[in-house]
Amino acid sequence: MDVIKEKVKALVQKHGKTRENLLPVLQGVAESEQYVSEYAMKLIAEEMELSSADVYGTATFYSFMDTTPKGKYVIRVCRTISCYMKGKNQILLALEEALKIKLGETTPDKKFTLMETNCIGWCHKAPAMLINDDVHTELTVEKVHKIITEYKQQD
Amino acid sequence: MKNKINLTINGTALSVEEGTTILDAAKVLGIKIPVLCYHKDLCIAGNCRVCVVEVVGISKLFAACATPVWEGMDVLTNSLMVRNSRKHIIELLLSEHNADCTKCYKNGNCELQELAAEYKITNQDFIDIYHAKDYTVDSYSPSIIKDDSRCIRCQRCVRTCEELQGVGALTVAHKGDHMKISTFFNKPISEVVCTNCGQCVIHCPTGALIERNYIEEVWNAIADPDKHVVVQTAPAVRIGLGEALELDAGERVTGKMVSALRRLGFNSVLDTDFTADLTILEEGTELLHRLKSILVDKDNKDPLPMTTSCSPGWVKFFEHIYPELKAHMSTCKSPQQMFGALAKTFYAKKIEVDPEKIVSVSIMPCTAKKYEADRPEMRDSGFKDVDYVLTTRELAIMIQQAGIEFSELPEEKYDSFMGSSSGAGVIFGATGGVMEAALRTVYEIVTGREVPFEGLNITPVRGLEGVREATIKIEGTVPEYKFLEGVEVKCCVAHGLANARTVMEKVKEGKANYHFIEIMACPGGCLGGGGQPIPTTPEIRQKRVEAIYAEDASMAIRKSHENPEVIQLYKEFLGEPYGHLSHKLLHTEYFERERY
Amino acid sequence: MGKNILKRIDLIFKDEADYKAVLKKAAGQTNDELINELIASGLKGRGGAGFPTGLKWKLTSESKADKKYVICNADEGEPGTFKDREILTQVPHKVLTGMAICGKIIGAKEGFIYLRKEYNYLTADLNKIIDDFHEVCKNIGLDFRIKIFLGYGAYICGEESALFESMEGKRGEPRNKPPYPSEQGYLGRPTVINNVETLAHTFTIFQYGASKFNELGVQDSYGSKLFSISGDTPIPGIYELELGMTVEDFANDFGDGDTKAVQVGGASGFCVPRKKFRETHIGYQGKLTGISLPTGGSMMLFNSSRSMFNLLTNYLEFFTEESCGQCTPCRVGTQQLLEGSRAVKRGEKPAAYLDKLLALSETMKSTSKCGLGQSVANSFQSIVENFREEMIY
Repeated sequence: MDVIKEKVKALVQKHGKTRENLLPVLQGVAESEQYVSEYAMKLIAEEMELSSADVYGTATFYSFMDTTPKGKYVIRVCRTISCYMKGKNQILLALEEALKIKLGETTPDKKFTLMETNCIGWCHKAPAMLINDDVHTELTVEKVHKIITEYKQQD
Repeated sequence: MKNKINLTINGTALSVEEGTTILDAAKVLGIKIPVLCYHKDLCIAGNCRVCVVEVVGISKLFAACATPVWEGMDVLTNSLMVRNSRKHIIELLLSEHNADCTKCYKNGNCELQELAAEYKITNQDFIDIYHAKDYTVDSYSPSIIKDDSRCIRCQRCVRTCEELQGVGALTVAHKGDHMKISTFFNKPISEVVCTNCGQCVIHCPTGALIERNYIEEVWNAIADPDKHVVVQTAPAVRIGLGEALELDAGERVTGKMVSALRRLGFNSVLDTDFTADLTILEEGTELLHRLKSILVDKDNKDPLPMTTSCSPGWVKFFEHIYPELKAHMSTCKSPQQMFGALAKTFYAKKIEVDPEKIVSVSIMPCTAKKYEADRPEMRDSGFKDVDYVLTTRELAIMIQQAGIEFSELPEEKYDSFMGSSSGAGVIFGATGGVMEAALRTVYEIVTGREVPFEGLNITPVRGLEGVREATIKIEGTVPEYKFLEGVEVKCCVAHGLANARTVMEKVKEGKANYHFIEIMACPGGCLGGGGQPIPTTPEIRQKRVEAIYAEDASMAIRKSHENPEVIQLYKEFLGEPYGHLSHKLLHTEYFERERY
Repeated sequence: MGKNILKRIDLIFKDEADYKAVLKKAAGQTNDELINELIASGLKGRGGAGFPTGLKWKLTSESKADKKYVICNADEGEPGTFKDREILTQVPHKVLTGMAICGKIIGAKEGFIYLRKEYNYLTADLNKIIDDFHEVCKNIGLDFRIKIFLGYGAYICGEESALFESMEGKRGEPRNKPPYPSEQGYLGRPTVINNVETLAHTFTIFQYGASKFNELGVQDSYGSKLFSISGDTPIPGIYELELGMTVEDFANDFGDGDTKAVQVGGASGFCVPRKKFRETHIGYQGKLTGISLPTGGSMMLFNSSRSMFNLLTNYLEFFTEESCGQCTPCRVGTQQLLEGSRAVKRGEKPAAYLDKLLALSETMKSTSKCGLGQSVANSFQSIVENFREEMIY
């Protein structure tokens, strides 16, 4: 059974076929697969009667819409002013150490991807980061290690 | 009735219709505002910001192409602020651009270069950010080269491909400093739904999208004493070539073109119009064959409506988007490819030259023809049927390189055996031309009489409207075609792939009660093709249309089936239309391609 | 703790529970009454642009169309701003009520909350609240339904026309204006688009009347505003203050005693150096003396340990990334400002090159297609002009 095909069909059924439903459909695929693959995009284009290039161009506009495979937990460390002033670089280094990968990379067990992002709206509790939709604030090196250990133990 | 708006531009008062942009209002006064992303064929973008003007009292500048005038507007198109801003914009564009103009194919024909020259940008203060980027050149396609280092991101190509052509092979991807013009997952254009129509090429202001040129290859062939170089010229070239050589739009230069080709060194100067006439015989017979199968034998194997197949951009579009409707397309090759198959068989025999020594070149208003010549199945002669395809633009370049003073050339005639043509052949270059040519012949075959239109001008299928329909009632048939007595033959003509899609959707849903559909990939038909001189605007297309029909009216023979060389070809070589040898050399097949 | 120089206001995060009564009351009033109350209040948009809210609702109500929409802009992306998130967490009913009343006035049956992806953790709870709200509306006889539309990581989508493009399933590239949202917004229909905080303030005005709102603040800058305060401050957080204060009072109240500069309005705002604290007021353009600065309320304080050059490049990196990329002055200009500043700092370009960059930023301000490109000049010019010595090698 073509899982992705069924998923895309169901999403288009749920949201609608017209253009203004493209983002919710793309988001639906991204939520469950952690990224939107070439194949998924082709299917979306077909179902919604759009050109594949158009779907690709729209998807790549949005920073959180990944078009290459990502880990189960996508870590996004805020790098804008207040978080920068409060030491986001140290937090990044701590994460790189804890996960044994560099910024932009995914762990070999496909569990964690480490990325940076722009202001996520927790400036008064900087430095802050997102792990998928979960917010982690007032980070320190120790706290970071603790958080990663907890996520590792979750499965 | 639209309201009138009163405004002032550079101190002069004028009154224009509500909704007029500042750009168009300025034109009324003869004031030219420079543009880059704006193009008459396309929707307004307003992103390059080159056309910014000052409105007195407002600190922000406005894009002239995107701002409708309002009552009492006081516009300055050349204030100090406007000039300085415009200079900055051009400098910014140059800083992210491969400005090594002498190495660029569009050197001398580039809108950015023109602007920079106009504003005397002799100094570049800004930092060169172009070199740090990883620009790629996509030259995998036999028709089009995409060079990101020359892109100014005006998005004209995206708007052309998406809206004008309805293909959508190009898109804008990413944002910020990573923003670029891309394809689906940045694949080479040869791997996606690109139809090679080249409309993007004739709308691109710079050298970011250009045709893959074969000028050097053709010069080498001509210089090779061992080779006999045959050249064929498409109908639309003879009414477009002049524009690339400083003549006016719509000038008919057939005789001079033939003369120039001889002086360039081509051994045989022949005419695609000849095989256009041939195509009519083959395709007309095919149509009658299908009509008989369906009406008499009740056999739907070769279904109706039948579509034309001479536009390779249309064919590729069809293969990608409507592969399930494959059987509807005529199996006839295009005139270019019919010519190619005959050049190395029939013609080689006629002039007693070893076909291995023949190099077959075509001059086309089209970039997709380069792809068509490269299609693996186009080798029915035993060799590659068409070796090189040159666009109208490339021919103009060769003429200039040879130092030929084009306007002073004498009028010359084509060589024989494949050089004579009818008016029906020449109108292939305009949208509706194939349909009209086919009707002139088919009607006469079926009824024994000429089409009931004055001067043989079937005006209902002419014009530049996107989709046109016409109906011809068949009455008084000859005995062989009795089954068509009283039948109303319904025809449809569409040009531009967006219109093609509209028509094909109807066919897909079974709602198209046509018998015959002519589709040309390019707006205007071949005369507006991706290989024609740049610029191509609605006004220029109109002039080219008029030239084509004027050329038709001036010819001695107006119907394909009266072309003496075509008659001779069947007598000596092919036998009869749609016969065994025709099927081998002049008919082809189609393939299913991916939707993206 | 804070010295409490500036009066702390407590309007936004209070009295949400009365929302049903506020809705009922408004449902019984005429549209003219409601619009006039809003106009009398002098409320201006709290997202940063400062357009008079009453006028916006009035214009949209006068447009003729088959459908209209109300959109709450919750794409809070300006660096240093986090107040909208708190409003949606603590007093969401105020926002929903404001939207519903707007819908009644302009004739819209559908409302959307464009919520940024970074706040997706709020979605589940918000949806429950919205479901209950629909019931309340039905009981009162208000035909209005709200849906959440999730953004997906694009600062530019906070710009109103880019937001519409995003909601229409396209790239968030700002549109040409005119036409304006009151005529053609989402799906080409008349649309009121308001910031979260603006809608929360409309609740106060409909609840207590215009005078409760405009007894605060100063002429042309009436009412209170939420300020998101972070950086070198011992008391970061969200504070509701009156408009019209001087930056001096602000710095004395919230600074750590060593405040070198205050960034007002985020990366697209202005950097005010200490020497200009006294003459600079926080408010909308108007009759105040000195400079007044509109703001979405982001206030970031920098002490003397901070490198203004590092801060500038942080802003410029932000803009080069978040620019939608369609128009030349912004797409290339942001990169030129960034690379140019770096080059001057490294000594590769002379200090005088900064003047060329300042001129470029003026061009960006006057020729960019939308507010993002136009606002880069704000922080660039204010930092380079006031801290020039830190920009040079």
